[in-house]
Amino acid sequence: MTELTKQTATDKTNELATLRPLVTIVEEDSGFTLTAELPGVPKENVQVHVENNVLTLEGEIRLSIPEQMESTHAEVSTAKYKRAFTLSRELDSTKIEASQRDGVLTLHIPKAEHAQPRKIEVQVG
Amino acid sequence: MYSTLFNFSDDLFNELENLQRHWVGRNILSNIRPVARGSFPAINLGSTPSSVEVYAFVPGVDAKSLDIQIDKNLLTLQGERVLQLPKEDSKLTVYAQERFSGKFKRVITLPDDVDVSKVSATYKEGVLHISIQRREETQAKRIEIQ
Repeated sequence: MTELTKQTATDKTNELATLRPLVTIVEEDSGFTLTAELPGVPKENVQVHVENNVLTLEGEIRLSIPEQMESTHAEVSTAKYKRAFTLSRELDSTKIEASQRDGVLTLHIPKAEHAQPRKIEVQVG
Repeated sequence: MYSTLFNFSDDLFNELENLQRHWVGRNILSNIRPVARGSFPAINLGSTPSSVEVYAFVPGVDAKSLDIQIDKNLLTLQGERVLQLPKEDSKLTVYAQERFSGKFKRVITLPDDVDVSKVSATYKEGVLHISIQRREETQAKRIEIQ
């Protein structure tokens, strides 16, 4: 195995080792509202970034775990959430608003002013 | 690999299912109260010499609406999460609704040596953490030689 394929294999493992946050996505005239579940992730551990029109959500779970605790059953088996979405051009990624409460992250992604719908009158000629 | 706002790739789900099959394959015993994959809420359990720790991942609920009961060594967690989804009309489109909405109930069998009078429960960042102490007489003690 060459160095390069080794690297790819590791990346793939890392990609699989993240949890996929469950989302609700709603579109209105003014923009999109995306709600993502990130239970166990404190505010300071949430990362939202946009690069090349790709919106990425990441978060790391921080639980209060007593010393000497051994895990006996785990339905949430890794500590990292990650999910990415491609944004469409009419969205204004510089004006994304984010808030978080009780493990739920809410993002509002507005549409750029010029992209908001206009009703076009049909002229009868 | 990423999804667009409009389409969702199933690849990751398939991969997870494979992983899970592999993982479950090693565990021959099934629970009498089996849970479907993706049951709400997800639960992690841990054990220390002096306590049993339960972590339920229930984001976005009012902590007061959670009902936790322990009867003998069965812990029951019930509640309801109602998502306020706006109505779809000409001005609003719902592209994805993966989040659970409705009533839920999970039952967990605790070890026999738990002391149900010593339970604490906290809700933080969407995770309900229940800590149940074990009875003292069953805890291992170091005996000093005189």
